[in-house]
Amino acid sequence: MSLAEAARKHAAGRALSVLGERPELPLSILLFIVVIGGWELVVDFFEVPGIVVPPPSAVAVALWDGLRSGSLIANFSVTFFETIAGFAIGAFVGLVLGALVGMSPLVEKTLYPYIVAFQTVPKVAIAPIIVIWFGYGMSSKVVITATIAFFPVLANTIVGLRAAPRDQIELLIAFTASPWQIFWKLRVRQALPYILVGLDVAIVLSVIGAIVGEFVGAQSGLGYLILQRNFSMDMAGVFAILVVLSVMGVGLHAVVRTIQKRVVFWLEDDQDRTIGA
Amino acid sequence: MPEDLTRPAGGDAKEAAPLIAVAGLNKTYRTRGGEAVAALQDINFDVADGELVTIVGPSGCGKSTLLKILAGILPRSTGDVRLRGRKIDGPSRDVGVVFQAPVLLPWRTVLSNVMLPAEIQHADGAASERRARDLLKLVGLDGFETKYPNELSGGMQQRVGISRALVHEPALLLMDEPFGALDAMTREFMNLELLRIWQQSRKTILLVTHAIPEAVFLADRVIVMSARPGRIVDIITVSLPRPRGLEIINTPEFGRYAQAIRHHFQSLGALDA
Repeated sequence: MSLAEAARKHAAGRALSVLGERPELPLSILLFIVVIGGWELVVDFFEVPGIVVPPPSAVAVALWDGLRSGSLIANFSVTFFETIAGFAIGAFVGLVLGALVGMSPLVEKTLYPYIVAFQTVPKVAIAPIIVIWFGYGMSSKVVITATIAFFPVLANTIVGLRAAPRDQIELLIAFTASPWQIFWKLRVRQALPYILVGLDVAIVLSVIGAIVGEFVGAQSGLGYLILQRNFSMDMAGVFAILVVLSVMGVGLHAVVRTIQKRVVFWLEDDQDRTIGA
Repeated sequence: MPEDLTRPAGGDAKEAAPLIAVAGLNKTYRTRGGEAVAALQDINFDVADGELVTIVGPSGCGKSTLLKILAGILPRSTGDVRLRGRKIDGPSRDVGVVFQAPVLLPWRTVLSNVMLPAEIQHADGAASERRARDLLKLVGLDGFETKYPNELSGGMQQRVGISRALVHEPALLLMDEPFGALDAMTREFMNLELLRIWQQSRKTILLVTHAIPEAVFLADRVIVMSARPGRIVDIITVSLPRPRGLEIINTPEFGRYAQAIRHHFQSLGALDA
């Protein structure tokens, strides 16, 4: 057996072991090919008009055109900024309110019913009001996004701050810890896994918030572009935007997951999935 | 000898004053129905400086409750509980605690877990780190400073817990069934370890257990408790020679001490349950 042959066998063995560890990888690629290919074939075979369902190839072309002309990128930047800014504000408010409600029964009893009442109002319903208050620019979208993003962070912060086990609290008390020390050294740490799940939910909701805001009234952004292309029956163009949106959502989710893995490194993989959102 | 400086000199009036003095202690719980349940009834005992005292009793005899009152975590109902002559009405810096579970914080390294009490009490960082490293060496865990708790076995975790309880140099170490969750072999080993640590650190130790051999093996004196309500039925002075090795368990004297304690439980009917 030559050296090159051995190396090849070794590489093949490695590829096989990767497959063994992640059997979902080839399967999910196969699923993609089957769905997209099937879609293309069905549209082609039944001669479905492009303004009803565009074939994937047309979507790809529209995507490419949009990226080349810069229109997709310009509008993407607007929506991306609205998403991030709204998420940041919403998460901040959620954290602060969550800490207040979580640590003070009085604040909880006074404030929480109103927060829940606010949460039950569909944000789509108040979006037009917010647009009137904050104008057609980006600020109204940031506000709408923030109102959607804050609740999962708030709810998880409250639950998380109460997650510290009794024996850990007693231990710190026995070592003469003040309530403030127990909060920072124990409760906040124990809350982090919950808070990060809340942030994960919030970032995905933030994309929805930005788009909803743009639907109600905007001058730019991917949501605005969807409406424009819808009016001009550019279905392939609309689908191209949907692709961009889902890539953005998946990307942001992945960023939060990465941060989550780093911050709550002490949890096993199967453990952090069971923590409720 | 430097060791003697930390201990009251002979003939000093302080030597007579016990480190812990418990007199007429009662603890009553209220159930949800408003019913009063006596957990501890008329508890009286003293622990001298440097003594190793064990408390043995069946489950439900309130021995953990007693320890928590001494740790200042639970309030007493009536009676007088003093540490160095001062009434205990809250946690004290002069006390270190070890629970049955190691209760390590999983996001902290071993070293940082050990330093936690010093950190809480705003002790000098460099000095307490040096002390934490020394203590880890004392319990045989040098080289594990940067590991995380989930990388250690149960026995090792409990040894980290013991180091943590000693880092702020408390006079008194309270241990609530510290080896109860360990297997028999690890437990025997930890008993030997504890005696070695006790002899080197010269702390006062009050240890709660439900294992009679463990109670006798470790103790200068064994406090025997009964269940519901928790009362002291006997305090037995164990005059087995020190240092003790595991072989002492097979001696007739050891057997007599164990039998005396078992006899108490039998006459109380605790062993039939």
